[in-house]
Amino acid sequence: MAKIIVDPVTRIEGHLKLEVEVEENVVVDAWTSGTLWRGMELIMQGRDPRDAEQIMQRICGVCPTAHATAGILALDDAMGIEPPPNGRIIRNLILGSNYIQSHILHFFHLAALDYVKGPDMAPFKPRYEADYRLPADINAQAVDIYLEALAIRRKAQEMLAIWGGKMPHVQAIVPGGVSEVPDTSKIYKFLAYLEEIQAFIDTKYIPTVQAVAGVYSDWFAIGTGCQNFLCYGGFPLEEGMDHVKKKKFWDSGVYVRGQYKELDTGLITEEVTYSWYADDTGGTTPDVAVVAADAKKKGAYSWIKSPRYNGEALEVGPLARQWVTKNPDIVALGDKAFSVMGRHFARAIETSQIAKAMKEWVLQLQPGQPVCTPHELPKKEVVGVGLCEASRGALGHWHRISSDGRTMVYNAVVPTTWNSGPRTGSGAATVRGPMEEAIVGTRVADPNNPVELVRIIRSMDPCYGCAIHVMTPDKKTISQFAIN
Amino acid sequence: MSTKLNRRDFLKMCAGSAAVISLSGYLAPFMKEAVAAGAPPVIWIQGASCTGCSISLLNTVHPDIKEVLTKVISLTYHPNISAAAGDLAIKEAIYKVAETNPKNFFLVVEGAVPTGAEGRFCMVGEEENGEPIVFEKLVKDIGSKAKAILNFGTCSAYGGIPATSPNPTDCKPVSKVVKNVPIINVPGCPPHPDWMVGTIAHVLLYNDLPELDSFGRPKMFFERIVHDNCQRRQYFDNAIFAKTFGEMGCMLELGCKGPYAHCDATTRLWNNGNNWCVGCGGVCIGCTEPQFPAWPMYERMPDMPVGTATSVTADQIGLLLGGATALGIAGHLAGNVIAGRIGPKKADEAKEGEA
Repeated sequence: MAKIIVDPVTRIEGHLKLEVEVEENVVVDAWTSGTLWRGMELIMQGRDPRDAEQIMQRICGVCPTAHATAGILALDDAMGIEPPPNGRIIRNLILGSNYIQSHILHFFHLAALDYVKGPDMAPFKPRYEADYRLPADINAQAVDIYLEALAIRRKAQEMLAIWGGKMPHVQAIVPGGVSEVPDTSKIYKFLAYLEEIQAFIDTKYIPTVQAVAGVYSDWFAIGTGCQNFLCYGGFPLEEGMDHVKKKKFWDSGVYVRGQYKELDTGLITEEVTYSWYADDTGGTTPDVAVVAADAKKKGAYSWIKSPRYNGEALEVGPLARQWVTKNPDIVALGDKAFSVMGRHFARAIETSQIAKAMKEWVLQLQPGQPVCTPHELPKKEVVGVGLCEASRGALGHWHRISSDGRTMVYNAVVPTTWNSGPRTGSGAATVRGPMEEAIVGTRVADPNNPVELVRIIRSMDPCYGCAIHVMTPDKKTISQFAIN
Repeated sequence: MSTKLNRRDFLKMCAGSAAVISLSGYLAPFMKEAVAAGAPPVIWIQGASCTGCSISLLNTVHPDIKEVLTKVISLTYHPNISAAAGDLAIKEAIYKVAETNPKNFFLVVEGAVPTGAEGRFCMVGEEENGEPIVFEKLVKDIGSKAKAILNFGTCSAYGGIPATSPNPTDCKPVSKVVKNVPIINVPGCPPHPDWMVGTIAHVLLYNDLPELDSFGRPKMFFERIVHDNCQRRQYFDNAIFAKTFGEMGCMLELGCKGPYAHCDATTRLWNNGNNWCVGCGGVCIGCTEPQFPAWPMYERMPDMPVGTATSVTADQIGLLLGGATALGIAGHLAGNVIAGRIGPKKADEAKEGEA
């Protein structure tokens, strides 16, 4: 049985290793390993809980606003406060702007070079040679758009900075709201950026995805995955302390084994069957979970834990959101949606969706009205939960704060652990993670040039900065990932 | 363009109030020329980082980053941009370039170096025998062959976020791992793109390090203190302090670290001049300092000028704040405390801060 190892996988955020077994060019099993661990949540323990907004957004420089959002929602929840409308809207604009930069960066700069042949110069070479199918003129156009997209995503960050202060890593998100005060000049500056970006999305981004999808239509059947989806719901549209029930731009929900269901966060656990953590510390809910490392654990192969929903592996991300909220364009694809191209398509559609929505939101801002509710640190032990939709998918922060106002337990259950955590269970009851599941069954034309595998991985927009951040380190003995 | 930019004008450009003109746009033609004349390649590697420094580089204004990527800097390998993956990335794009240009390439390091567990907290590739290539080894192998190392971001410069207590992975700054190679620290979480492009431009154009402060930072970007040039400085001088976010007033009471932080964001501004940390009503968190992020972000430092949350000595404070300026600030703050304008008790009674 032949083995293919891709290490490092580039053009993703962070460090990933992929190992697959192939029989007659078809993948029969796959293992994804995150290979960087920083211990971000341990760094929070004992600190002023408000630092979470700054420390945790540094989990990831591509999507810091998502961690700032989940982190601050957890703090608001713990302190029992709610932002005024201006605060809620500005938070939505900050997160929404980052969706746009993240999705454009992802498609053009992380994923597109698997389909579009770049110029023959560094950093476009060396590369895995793929079956580049775009006609020469369309390919040339796509390269131009690749370069234009660099400018557009930069502008999306500039647009974000109007409210966030700077990007990457925003300064304006604070407990009870935001610190930025809206005025008409900022509102119109934001709208001007949005006009230009919206035009790019609708006339360049979506058509490029369509052109790629047209010549790579077989990729609507590759990388199917588990076909179970989770969406926490995102972008609150009204005030109210019930964060699960309040009206949002995307409602929460799950889709498991062909059935749509309401979200029940109590069913979320993090499993450690094949992760380097002691077995008896897994399987618990994130408000209490403190795992212990077991670096010599037999059979384990990843630093990433495996979130499960009632034992099921769920895929998260743009496809999951659009499927759970029944976007007609995605539902119309039917089973073809569960694929590499389906994911790129869903991501492109929602980029336009968000840009349009932000145009309405920004005009709801009321200059002169408050942006922030004053806060006090809790005086008894509390748990705050912050759920949101990051650009890459469902993101939850669980934050337990002590009666003397210090962080006790911090757990971030992030999109990439949902998507690329290792398998759980054993034998016939094995449940692979969505990414591993999507890779199994793939035909690899040339094992020395496994472009198919990286295409599937990149369609899920993984972020390993996010994925690996909890465990107690055993500094002496780290066993190696090995397959018998 | 045939005239070479002389170093004096270069430094003036970099240290100037660049919010009006684009620094990278101004430097681009000169950099292009230097590259055409055979300037050394730049290799970019990434360890315990969040990728924020790379994303910040992508925010370079003019020339749009495409010029920087494809023409200005011979960026042979970048983990987020390169087409290569797997063996191609490590062997062709990193080791080969380093080996064929000994002591004639610049190494950019983003992220701290985890040294715990024999470096296995950050594995960046694999040897032919299946053993992991750990980031620590990569930094040592490539760094020791480099002409100079450019640490982009507070993590590679001083340890930053992953190295802060309890430092779960024994992260170290690059300077503790590679010895005897010139090092330039360009801290910030993340660094401003101009700081990165300007520093690369300096080494490409003059084949030499820019003048550095005692923490290895180019003086052209890090000489000034945030508090001195802050847009809210008059509030401080008039003892008007904000009590909650969104209010007018100096934000010392909300935890602002402006008096300890060295950078020129006050005048350079971020994201094409759109805003900056204090501009959006947020506090400076002192992200360019070696102590970052050991201090509480949203608590006022009780003792001026550096609070109890850090373990620096008076001498280090002097170094940190830059001699005379430190005395100036300390004296200035002390004056306000004595006059009863700062301090929890008096501040609670003050009405000025209410907007």
